[in-house]
Amino acid sequence: MTSLTLAKALNEGMRKAMEDDPKVLIMGEDVGKLGGVFRVTDGLQKDFGEQRVIDTPLAESGIIGTAIGLALRGYRPVCEIQFDGFVFPAADQIITQLAKMPLRSLGKLRLPVVVRIPCGGGIGAVEHHSESPEAYFTHTAGLRVVACSNPVDGYTMIQQAIRSDDPVVFFEPKRRYWEKAEVDTAASAADWTPFDQARVVRQGSDVTLLAYGPMVKTCLEAATAAEDDGRSVEVVDLRSLNPLDVDRVVESVSRTGRCIVVHEAPIYNGFGAEIAARVTERCFYSLEAPVLRVGGPSTPYPPSRLEDHYLPDLDRVLEAVDRVFAF
Amino acid sequence: MLTPEGERVEHPDYDIDLTPEEIRGLYRDLVLVRRVDLEAVALQRQGELGLWASLLGQEAAQIGSGRALAATDMVFPTYREHGVAWCRGVDPVNLLGMFRGVNHGGWDPAEHNFHLYTIVIGSQTLHAVGYAMGVQRDGAENATLVYFGDGATSQGDVNESFIWASVFNAPVVFFCQNNQWAISEPLEKQTRIPLYRRASGFGFPGIRVDGNDVLACLAVTRKALADVRSGQGPTLIEAFTYRMGAHTTSDDPTRYRVASELEAWKLKDPIERVRAYMFKNQLADQDFFDAIDAEADELGKDVRKRCLALPDPEPLAIFDHVYAEPHRLMEEERAEFAAYLEGFEG
Ligand SMILES: Cc1ncc(C[n+]2csc(CCOP(=O)(O)OP(=O)(O)O)c2C)c(N)n1
Ligand SMILES: [Mg+2]
Repeated sequence: MTSLTLAKALNEGMRKAMEDDPKVLIMGEDVGKLGGVFRVTDGLQKDFGEQRVIDTPLAESGIIGTAIGLALRGYRPVCEIQFDGFVFPAADQIITQLAKMPLRSLGKLRLPVVVRIPCGGGIGAVEHHSESPEAYFTHTAGLRVVACSNPVDGYTMIQQAIRSDDPVVFFEPKRRYWEKAEVDTAASAADWTPFDQARVVRQGSDVTLLAYGPMVKTCLEAATAAEDDGRSVEVVDLRSLNPLDVDRVVESVSRTGRCIVVHEAPIYNGFGAEIAARVTERCFYSLEAPVLRVGGPSTPYPPSRLEDHYLPDLDRVLEAVDRVFAF
Repeated sequence: MLTPEGERVEHPDYDIDLTPEEIRGLYRDLVLVRRVDLEAVALQRQGELGLWASLLGQEAAQIGSGRALAATDMVFPTYREHGVAWCRGVDPVNLLGMFRGVNHGGWDPAEHNFHLYTIVIGSQTLHAVGYAMGVQRDGAENATLVYFGDGATSQGDVNESFIWASVFNAPVVFFCQNNQWAISEPLEKQTRIPLYRRASGFGFPGIRVDGNDVLACLAVTRKALADVRSGQGPTLIEAFTYRMGAHTTSDDPTRYRVASELEAWKLKDPIERVRAYMFKNQLADQDFFDAIDAEADELGKDVRKRCLALPDPEPLAIFDHVYAEPHRLMEEERAEFAAYLEGFEG
């Protein structure tokens, strides 16, 4: 067991993947000497050289487009998008090419490209540095979309994403980069939870909170607080958004009878809408109340002095718990 | 046109004749914008701003080009053009407000003919060209000046903007401040040829100017703007300068660049050379320099005071200005949020 921050766990995971497979490359803006603006790639260029850890020109479309070409030539590029708000110049390559090319080749082509995106708010940043763009990508067939919430998952899921033959959009909750946990880096990969599976991170019997990425911790805190009110709250870390581990979600909600989805992204047409629909279809007769959603307002991310109001917090989650019981 | 030692050199194509008064004005601008910048860095260090992107070292590029503009010309900045904002009469406190996180912009672009800052690298170059195409269709004689960095030249948007400007002969001047760095990436990560030479491939002139020479920046930008006004189409100006500070206050340049580079550029300081020139030619006396320094200190204090007094926006402001017209979803969520907030007060 080693105590690692999320940033360091991701770093160690990529290092391991690069050691295991010489075809793994790191690409992005400032990922070399600087080690990325969050230091997630720190030291990798020093140890693996400039051929494998590539400081690219400043163009996201170029990063993903050339990653596709490298993948066609047998490489496994891991691309860093510096901040969530800067993935959009690459959206064309991701949506029209990366997601669809394997299918067009009738399965002959594989594009094992990972697109790492530090996501979410809470760090007092300027515009375009606090977004939650997951729904754009979960809406795009052909992409796997995952979100890690803690160092253990950071370490394992990044390696699983790199090993996957599918393109993976990999969300990292930037405000959790500095949080630590014990990571068993010696555990065999065979014992890791598959990266398309959800995980119950706290057991409870009265209500299920579904979250991913940065909101998992918030939900765990809410569950602890709700205990004082005598409410037993289950928290499920979805981990994979596409595919969604519907069976695990349904199993939990069928037991608790209540379901709240929590994400930072705006509620309107957010990922919670998909979950609410599926849970309603599958758990209709077990539900004591409608599925509720807690998320950001359906506005652009506000200037940082307002972000504490925008972001779901303990109080907002608890208020939803009250509402779901009041039904 | 002004050597680092403050010697005036003539240039056959680009000479300008400035009165002592005008030179003193440029000097004052340079000193004041540097002072505002220093104050902003200090405010960030003290936790009063979330972030600041310093213009240190790029004062001449910004003041020279900014003072070449007519009031009716339009400017599209990046996030570092505090000196140009100054030339356009934007209150520095407005710039600080954005970095403090009280708003995403906060000045009226039309009032100053100075567009909002753009953080997404390169986007504004296309907006500038489109704006210029509008000017062209209006039959007006205004020029549009767009700023971007060396790193930005790799973006598709910037290259597309060159193509549009060229094909439509748009009345736009591209002003690239090549400060040698895009965060940690040195220029050679973006280009194999000098940036100004890119222009010829797109079909318009490109020129490199000493970005630390305020007179040269003024002269070259004036000429390019005049060309645009007379229908001769775009120019790319590459102002060769140096980012003396960190990329932003979040950055640690010691991880990727050597101190000797900084030392070499210190000798080319954009302000020192104007001062030396003025001294040598008796364009100003010690009283003048003292008065400017005093004015700068006053300005610094004033900016600090007003920055600290900036009120946090009301929580419900999240829902303001998202749409120009009434919008049900905004109204609904605003009402819900108001009720939620009241729940805490009650
Ligand atoms: C589309 C996009 N990608 C990445 C970033 C993150 N970023 C902010 S500034 C910067 C470097 C810009 O370098 P340059 O264009 O030379 O301008 P400078 O900061 O040196 O003035 C980067 C990569 C961004 N703002 N927008
Ligand atoms: Mg630069």
